[in-house]
Amino acid sequence: MFNSSIGRKLIMALSGVFLIVFLTQHLVINLTSLIPDNGKVFNFISHFMGNNPVVQFILQPILILGVMIHFIMGMYLEVLNRRSRQTSYVVYSGKSGASWASRNMIISGLVILSFLIMHFYDFWVPEMVYKYVEFNPLDENRYFHELQEKFYKGGVVKLFLYCVSFVLLGLHLSHGFSSSLQSMGITRGPIKIATKFFAIIVPAGFIIIASFHYFITTINH
Amino acid sequence: MKLNLKIWRQKNKDSKGKVHDYELDGVEEDMSFLEMLDFLNNKLLNEGQEPVAFDHDCREGICGSCSLFINGVAHGPERGTTTCQLHMRKFKDGETVYVEPFRAKAFPVIKDLIVDRSSFDRIQQAGAYISVNTSGNTQDANTIPIPKHNADEAFNAATCIGCGACVASCKNSSAMLFTSAKVSQFSLLPQGQVERESRVLNMVNQMDLEGFGACTNTGACEAQCPKGISVKNIARMNREYLLASVKK
Amino acid sequence: MDNGLKMFSINELAEFLNVSKKTIRRHIASGKIESTKVGGVHRISMNSINSFLNINKDIAQVDANINKELLRKALTNDAHKKNLFPFESRVPEGKMEDKWNNHKRKINLVSPANKRLIDVIVVGTGLAGASASATLAELGYNVKSFCFQDSSRRAHSIAAQGGINAAKNYQGDGDSVYRLFYDTVKGGDYRSREANVHRLAEVSTNIIDQCVAQGVPFARDYGGLLDNRSFGGVLVSRTFYAKGQTGQQLLLGAYSAMNRQVNRGKIKMYARHEMLELVIVGGKARGIIARNLITGKLERHSAHAVVIASGGYGNVFFLSTNAMGSNVTAAWKIHKKGAYFANPCFTQIHPTCIPVSGENQSKLTLMSESLRNDGRIWVPKKKEDVKKILEKKLKPTDIDESDRDYYLERRYPAFGNLVPRDVASRAAKERCDAGYGVNKTGEAVYLDFQSAILRYGKEQAYSKGLDVKNNSLVEKLGKEIIKQKYGNLFEMYEKITDENPYETPMMIYPAVHYTMGGVWVDYNLMTTVPGCYAIGEANFSDHGANRLGASALMQGLADGYFVLPYTIGDYLSSDIRTGKISIDTKEFEIAEKEALRKLSFFIDNKGSKPVDYFHKKLGRIMWDKCGMSRNKLELKDAILEIKKLKKDFYKNVFVPGELYDYNEELAKAGRVADFIELGELFARDALEREESCGGHFREEHQTKEGEALRDDENFNFVSAWEFKGSESNPMLHKEKLIFDSVELKSRSYK
Repeated sequence: MFNSSIGRKLIMALSGVFLIVFLTQHLVINLTSLIPDNGKVFNFISHFMGNNPVVQFILQPILILGVMIHFIMGMYLEVLNRRSRQTSYVVYSGKSGASWASRNMIISGLVILSFLIMHFYDFWVPEMVYKYVEFNPLDENRYFHELQEKFYKGGVVKLFLYCVSFVLLGLHLSHGFSSSLQSMGITRGPIKIATKFFAIIVPAGFIIIASFHYFITTINH
Repeated sequence: MKLNLKIWRQKNKDSKGKVHDYELDGVEEDMSFLEMLDFLNNKLLNEGQEPVAFDHDCREGICGSCSLFINGVAHGPERGTTTCQLHMRKFKDGETVYVEPFRAKAFPVIKDLIVDRSSFDRIQQAGAYISVNTSGNTQDANTIPIPKHNADEAFNAATCIGCGACVASCKNSSAMLFTSAKVSQFSLLPQGQVERESRVLNMVNQMDLEGFGACTNTGACEAQCPKGISVKNIARMNREYLLASVKK
Repeated sequence: MDNGLKMFSINELAEFLNVSKKTIRRHIASGKIESTKVGGVHRISMNSINSFLNINKDIAQVDANINKELLRKALTNDAHKKNLFPFESRVPEGKMEDKWNNHKRKINLVSPANKRLIDVIVVGTGLAGASASATLAELGYNVKSFCFQDSSRRAHSIAAQGGINAAKNYQGDGDSVYRLFYDTVKGGDYRSREANVHRLAEVSTNIIDQCVAQGVPFARDYGGLLDNRSFGGVLVSRTFYAKGQTGQQLLLGAYSAMNRQVNRGKIKMYARHEMLELVIVGGKARGIIARNLITGKLERHSAHAVVIASGGYGNVFFLSTNAMGSNVTAAWKIHKKGAYFANPCFTQIHPTCIPVSGENQSKLTLMSESLRNDGRIWVPKKKEDVKKILEKKLKPTDIDESDRDYYLERRYPAFGNLVPRDVASRAAKERCDAGYGVNKTGEAVYLDFQSAILRYGKEQAYSKGLDVKNNSLVEKLGKEIIKQKYGNLFEMYEKITDENPYETPMMIYPAVHYTMGGVWVDYNLMTTVPGCYAIGEANFSDHGANRLGASALMQGLADGYFVLPYTIGDYLSSDIRTGKISIDTKEFEIAEKEALRKLSFFIDNKGSKPVDYFHKKLGRIMWDKCGMSRNKLELKDAILEIKKLKKDFYKNVFVPGELYDYNEELAKAGRVADFIELGELFARDALEREESCGGHFREEHQTKEGEALRDDENFNFVSAWEFKGSESNPMLHKEKLIFDSVELKSRSYK
């Protein structure tokens, strides 16, 4: 089954939906950083996520695996699909009937991947070093502060990179979410509209969070 | 009117083709696109040259023979129209018009604008039928009532003319719309239930073997399909295929 | 009658071949003529004579027709003496309604184990060809199926719009097999073979069952049962349909049945192949020479029987509603090898087509006859109005009701706009010839939906309780109804003409659409060449001089699914021990060389005019002189002109490119060459038939009111033409038509 074109699409769809679920919970957690309680709730959840063994040693690897499957399968399909047209058109009007987002999932996908690397470098790598290389003592209240510091230090350039990535994430989602449902054979009209809504809300949320922390810290300094 | 035609010429499947320029004067608005090509060919023949080869037959938009990629779009700029029903009034005087064959690995060029679409036949041969013999003793046609909605939906899927515009327009050269139209037709009818699972498995398998790309749901196929076959059929085929695979 | 069984004595053979007895003895001695001694006397079979004649002729000089002709003369000597039709129609004895069943019961069968030893070639994959291929393969024969299109699914049956008749009587309106039979015979103006038509009506119901079982999505009502519509010239609703695409859905059904057999390995499909010669071995059709249209190579294909299902020859008119590639070549090749061609002049001219718009027009588009249910046909009463319309000073909608001539309603008050196709077509021509044509070519009349729009609109307004006097509202409601009924046709019309038929009347004109004439076949659908069959539009048998709407699909599928697969067994049962037919024989070599010679001729002929030039000229002659109405003078003229055109064609035709390559011009040249020859026979047939019947209207034979005048006393026969060589005139044979079950009446639609 997974050797077939539809099977491969199912893998893309399932891994995509899984990442969408992750994205949603990531956004929800991050939104708590906007609560004006000096990071109390955010710190609490972050500490739980960062130190709960189930999250750390089961969910985290699964997530990384999900990202890798989605990425590798995406690349593989892209190569196969390109091969299925050996001579390209002299004139090809891609826009006839297909949105930019749907035709350029590979571009938005690669931008998101680059962002992911940057994001890992910003947050995940220091966190791993903090916990598993330097074996620093547990500190339940450091997360909110670290978050704000990162955005302040990154400056406007980083903020810009984040925002651009989120916009592309939005485009990726705007096609990817409904496409994954189509690949699984789901075509109810309202669901499709909901996915488009989701594709706007989620990236917008991230943009607001990033901007908020950047401006707050910049003003405070 | 006058046109600058840029037409793909290719001697045979092994040779390399390229775009040739033709200036054509005296094109009338009432001509169909293919009549415009006839007109060009007549001119070429009178000059002792070989005419441009292109597939065409019924010229009523139903046989699915015509297959031109005009200015980057399958069957040209008018939606819901095959090349043979496209008329020159849709073009401007002095316009440059690119004419290319439908391109896909599974549609190799035979000559000029003619491609080999036998891969479509092979997909159909893999299972697009109901195994019933012509005995003359089949049950009466009205024995099984079919809800009008299902009958209509099956009919809509069955109106596919097999031209290949879906493959040509798809950035992945995917044949999912074509294959799904037939799978849908039979899965919606009671007569198609017996072979429902083997049919979709075999047809998808053949589709993959032919070297078509995978669907990424861009929707270009539906937009450029001259018969407006819906991508909902693709979702239906995905569903049918996945269920059949699980049951297998 | 088996040609192979007739035995000659040496005397008879010497006389027949016009050689001395000594020569015959010498050939027998040398073994070139095979002979059997019966009671000490040499007896020579037909088969051995035929193979002797084929081998002994210099290849270049061979015109296999001569052999055929000689042989037939000898064979049919007795028949000629008695002045009878030389072939039997093989209509079974018995009561009309029992004939087919009795025949099926008595027919020879081939056992399943033997069927797999037998090959059958089917040329053409339309409704008849595809259904025959599928069924023959299902039965166990090895089928080789040929079509010139890139896929068997593209045959022109696909373009049929309206529907398919069947005597199901689902509507309970009194339909029956007999009524369908009667309507078809009457509609055909009593020039079809009664028994064949009855069989057609009998199997019509099976067709619908079969197609539904195959998954053909016919239109259904809200109860989920099959829907019917009514169609021109009959009083019941018996037409099954799938929107405006019935032909497509039926063909795809037959195509799927074929695909099933391709998948089983029982059909070998040869797409993009064109049949160029029939190969006769020992007096029997044993194979074909086909050209692979991609590589240009000639291929030999052998079989125990050859079935021609290559459709009609409407394209002899150049402009017709047939597909661009539709051609007569396969049928014509078998005609030249001995198959009689029947009633070539019976052509149906369909009244509702989109008129010709200009010189560069390549084909005509038909719009379903159903439009005449609601459209009213008219031309202006005054010539000055016509003039103003042409000068664009007046719009048709500006012409007052009293200045319009609804000529069908005027002439035929009972049937009005719903008269049969031939009558409607001729009436349009009459008005246009009189100078009332409403487009620049002078060949168009209006088909107006305005009164239907208002009628439906008012009905809607009433039923919805809206203001009936509000004209714009009524019009809007009416247009919605018209859109529901004819939306796709209106859209098509607008695409082609760029005029909105909701706002301005459509312009229509008759166009060539279907040919009732075709290869002569007996009750078993076998031609006069043993082992060679013709089915569907390619044969002549079921529609007489005029075909009723929705009957073409019925006949194609009846022949392919339910008739041929059984009747062919009768012939093939004697072939179970024949074994594979070799393609390495002299007969195949000669046929291949002949095909090659013709093709090379075109390539080597360094003429100056493209093929289409000649085809268009031929079309013009046919349309002007053998079209909707014909007369002696013009028909004679047409014959001369076609002869002249033929000379010009062979002298000046230019075919570029190479023989062994994809070369559409070369393929076209071969087809046009055959059309030219057919055109001449067509005109000759029209000239011979000194009566008016169905689609054949002779101006000399009409009533005072200008209606067709049939002559049952002198012309109640099928004209079956025998080819006598390219340089001599064909010979007419008459198969007398006998009507036991139907009384001959004159058709009146007044």
